[in-house]
Amino acid sequence: MRRRRIAVWLGGVALLAVAGSGLAAWRSALPPGGPEPGETVPERVQQGAVLAALGYCASCHTAEAGRPYAGGRGVATPFGTIYATNITPDPETGLGRYTLAAFTRAMRAGVDRDGRHLYPAFPYTHYAGLTDADIAALYAFVMTREPVRAEAKANALPFPLSWRPLIAGWKLLFFRTPTLPKDESRDPAWHRGAYLAEALSHCGACHTPRNVLGAEIKSRAYAGGEADGWWTPPLDRSSPAPLPWSEDDLARYLAEWDPQHGGAGGPMRPVVDAHAAVPKGEIRALARYVATLYGPGPAGSRTGPVDRAPGDDPRLGEDPRLGEGSRLGEGSRLGEGSRLGEGSRLGEDPGLARGAATYAGACAVCHESGGGAAGGVPYTTPSLGHRTTLRAPDPRNLILVLRDGVAPREHAPGPIMPAFGAVLTQAQMTDLAAYLRARFSPDGPWPGLDGTVRELMREPPRSGARAEASP
Amino acid sequence: MPTLTVNGRAQAVAAEPETPLLYVLRDEFGLNGAKFGCGLGQCGACTVEVEGRAVLSCLTPIGLLEGRPVTTVEGLGTPENPGPLQAAFIAENAAQCGYCIAGMVMRAYALLRNNPHPGEAEIRDALRLNLCRCGTHMRILAAVRRAAGREPAATGATP
Repeated sequence: MRRRRIAVWLGGVALLAVAGSGLAAWRSALPPGGPEPGETVPERVQQGAVLAALGYCASCHTAEAGRPYAGGRGVATPFGTIYATNITPDPETGLGRYTLAAFTRAMRAGVDRDGRHLYPAFPYTHYAGLTDADIAALYAFVMTREPVRAEAKANALPFPLSWRPLIAGWKLLFFRTPTLPKDESRDPAWHRGAYLAEALSHCGACHTPRNVLGAEIKSRAYAGGEADGWWTPPLDRSSPAPLPWSEDDLARYLAEWDPQHGGAGGPMRPVVDAHAAVPKGEIRALARYVATLYGPGPAGSRTGPVDRAPGDDPRLGEDPRLGEGSRLGEGSRLGEGSRLGEGSRLGEDPGLARGAATYAGACAVCHESGGGAAGGVPYTTPSLGHRTTLRAPDPRNLILVLRDGVAPREHAPGPIMPAFGAVLTQAQMTDLAAYLRARFSPDGPWPGLDGTVRELMREPPRSGARAEASP
Repeated sequence: MPTLTVNGRAQAVAAEPETPLLYVLRDEFGLNGAKFGCGLGQCGACTVEVEGRAVLSCLTPIGLLEGRPVTTVEGLGTPENPGPLQAAFIAENAAQCGYCIAGMVMRAYALLRNNPHPGEAEIRDALRLNLCRCGTHMRILAAVRRAAGREPAATGATP
């Protein structure tokens, strides 16, 4: 399996090399310059600010605790780490010498002013669908930021991937200007949402699976993927979300938090935070479009929130440790499809019993408070059975959020969760994750849970995960 | 009956394994330094140290701590003979109402155990999750700087 992957990969690299050298990989440098009079008028800058928020430029181009747009954040890819560059108008280290034409070429063709091909971690495969007016507004915004002198960090890519002409071959194979969906039965807001999702907001960059050469697999658009070591949930019919996502749910989630599904974590957090600077109509448009990606009707696996509360399973009642702390109220009944499988007898398995005790003492005080919408602890769902995280195909997201917590937002209300990586040992983390899965999901134990915990807890946890720098 | 090792003393505990450490410290052991603030792991008043890490005792079930030594603020010194970090807090007059201070001291203790000479940004980053309603942050920071052997001049500077 591994050997086959390597063979495919090597074959791809060879193909790219041939294609890359055969094709005119060379692109000319464009003359230096800057904004012409009228290109940075205030109205354009303001439009550009909203577009930059919706393009989530800062989530890559602003480093943790770094100066806005000065670059330096590493984007982890399966091929190595690519560092976002400085896009402030500093002439030496940023975009200071970019004309609108050079900026447009970078956004649409993935070629910098010097003529070098840019790695597709920069989502020009999506930005290629932007209108001229929007690119001009983004240019106006970027060129009026405070210039910061900051050299780009060298990418950590192995040879031959570090050889940029190879990217020309990659583009030949995989780079197509996005076609925007059109549907006469849909209203203008849906079409606006489609434009945002497919081009500017580049949702598919994280939510579409990628092939061995890192290109989005268009035939499986929105079938879920990976971002920065996190699992990104599918936005199509294969979504394992326990409850369907309506347009209203998505609009609430994208603006702040949805009382039934919860709020964003991991790399989606800065996306939602960026929406604070975006008019409600744009969020609504995104939600209208994305809601239709899930397809009509609830997907087959959607069973509603699962909670094998003690009263629902006689075997649980026998375990005195699953007492008071873990009892749930109405709405937490054992649902369809939540039969108990092998190894998920909550009351008998000693590991699950230890996990239950941890849950009762560490989690239940917030997560069994009834939910934020019902007067419980703010930003909690009615139960953890509402969270898609526990229905994920693997435990990465759960372990990462347990390890690092959810850092408070700076200067704004929002969810907060302590980092439990400071106190849980690997074995304790495994017990807790196994218990949460057994209790709040009908899907059976996660395969390879131990290994994932070992891998993610090898590094000492952060001293309290930092909030993202605000865009 | 499980045992807990707190400030170097192993003691048997009657409480169930899911009981948060804070209640055992205060109710069974009479160690009232760690405070109940929010009970939700959001304020840091209950912070203690476990194996070099700052840990929120209100959300740490004792079942997790078998064989793992715990240090509370009482373990750093006595009123007659305060430890270096406590002495620094006293010298800087860092407490107003004092409710958050044991948590602040223990958060700083965990920091200094791992990093005896932290920079200003590291100190602020470590303490940022502990809240103080009186607003004595500047004095608390000065106390941590003093304990870390740093220049006290940086008060009020942005990181």
